[in-house]
Amino acid sequence: MKIRIKYTVLCLFLFAGMSMAAQEIPVETEHHSEPKKDLNVTELILDHVGDAYDWHIATVDGHSISIPLPVIVRGSDGVWRCFLSSRFEHGHADYKGFSIAHEGKYKGKIVEKNVSGEEVRPLDLSLTKNAFSLIMGSTILIILIMSCAAWYKKRKVEEASPKGFIAMIEMLIMSIVDDVVKPCIGKNYKRYAPYLLTVFFFIFFNNLLGIIPIFPGGANVTGNIAVTCVLAVFTFIVVNSFGTKEYWKEIFWPDVPTWLKVPVPIMPAIEVVGMFTKPFALMIRLFANILAGHAIVLGLTCVIFITVGLGAAMNVGMSVLSVVMTIFIDFVELLVAFIQAYVFTLLSAVFIGLSQVEAHGNKQLHK
Amino acid sequence: MSLLTPDLGLLFWMLFSFGVVFFVLAKFGFPIILKMVEERKAFIDKSLEAATQANERLAGIQQEGERILKHAREEEIRILKEAEEIRNKIVEEAKGQAGIEAGKLIEEAKNAIRKEKEMALRDLRNQMAVLSIGIAEKILRRNLDNQSAQRELVNRLIEEAQKN
Repeated sequence: MKIRIKYTVLCLFLFAGMSMAAQEIPVETEHHSEPKKDLNVTELILDHVGDAYDWHIATVDGHSISIPLPVIVRGSDGVWRCFLSSRFEHGHADYKGFSIAHEGKYKGKIVEKNVSGEEVRPLDLSLTKNAFSLIMGSTILIILIMSCAAWYKKRKVEEASPKGFIAMIEMLIMSIVDDVVKPCIGKNYKRYAPYLLTVFFFIFFNNLLGIIPIFPGGANVTGNIAVTCVLAVFTFIVVNSFGTKEYWKEIFWPDVPTWLKVPVPIMPAIEVVGMFTKPFALMIRLFANILAGHAIVLGLTCVIFITVGLGAAMNVGMSVLSVVMTIFIDFVELLVAFIQAYVFTLLSAVFIGLSQVEAHGNKQLHK
Repeated sequence: MSLLTPDLGLLFWMLFSFGVVFFVLAKFGFPIILKMVEERKAFIDKSLEAATQANERLAGIQQEGERILKHAREEEIRILKEAEEIRNKIVEEAKGQAGIEAGKLIEEAKNAIRKEKEMALRDLRNQMAVLSIGIAEKILRRNLDNQSAQRELVNRLIEEAQKN
């Protein structure tokens, strides 16, 4: 058991190391292939943390090696079209009137030209890099958890307790339930435990996938605002759809001097805004943390290529520093992957707990 | 900037994948695991309780055994004591009996000796009397030849008789 844990940790370390190594490769090749010597770090980082229509793996001798992903768009003519992103030839070609914008506010997105020649966005449900990573991650996550559940289903209580991987998952599940869900929500915790556990594992698993730099991982999924937005909306719905009477009373008629409520409802307005700022904070926190992590790792890796022009000694020195720092940051990112998933779950649980308040009179009765 | 504006396509796919994950895991995944863990906890608690009870019972049995052993030992001591007492009593009794028997025997022997002695004395006395009478006869026959001596003897005998 102990040995297995050691191996798991070792594997994670290896991933961290590989993250650094693999992020170097495309940068280096791009650097050689492009005619201009300067490396636009900002663009490179934004490109890597952003979404894409194909899954770029490496560029060798000026040829991009990437996995094409399906593009699903509905143009202004109202017809759905589905084709592989390799039709765009990495943004250099048009296909049936669609092309990838190189500049403007739709930079990097699929656009089509309308009658007046302006670029407009079609309805775009393409399986982009992030979407593809999401679906893949979700599938793996479902398989993992369901295989654990199957283990439990096959056995009786008296037979055996799980070992190895299933025990680890159980430990994670129980630590979330016992340390987060139960104390935050209270007596109704069983109704919310599955949602909060799903949120935790979804974020944690996608965070970890994001740290792996090569193909199955590396997409900046949880650092994408659309993803965190959906998660926050789910939490918002769960918090507000089962709120107690007292919860709604505290929002619209809180225990404050009457002049704060009528004629101008200052307090209710503040409370209503509060309803929305809570999930909004969740959304921004997760998005910013993961995005920043990816950006730092990429930035540190770029140090190697920026210092090429400063002479061999300087470049070697900075490269060593860069590698050391990147490894360190990757370790931190492992920690962040867990902490952010934990914090999102914890805060969701706290908000749900706040929506489960009982009337103060009742509380005093209980005491 | 595109980083801060959620993309519609990705929103859709996220909604879709998270929805599916949520539905599947929250319906078929976590409740099973949670239920099982809870049941196992209950089972362990029950087992612990049963073990405690069994231990208690075992301790009770042990105590009972010790009690019985102690009782048996006491009984043993008591019986041994009683046996010794009985033995002592029997010995005492036997000694007493023997003493009495011996006394009796001695008494009998003494009686027999006394009787023998008495008989011997009587015998002796008879013989003495016969002898004395013989001697007296002989002496009397010789001395009563002279008158005066006879008188003197009669007087002395009277005197003696008077004294007595």
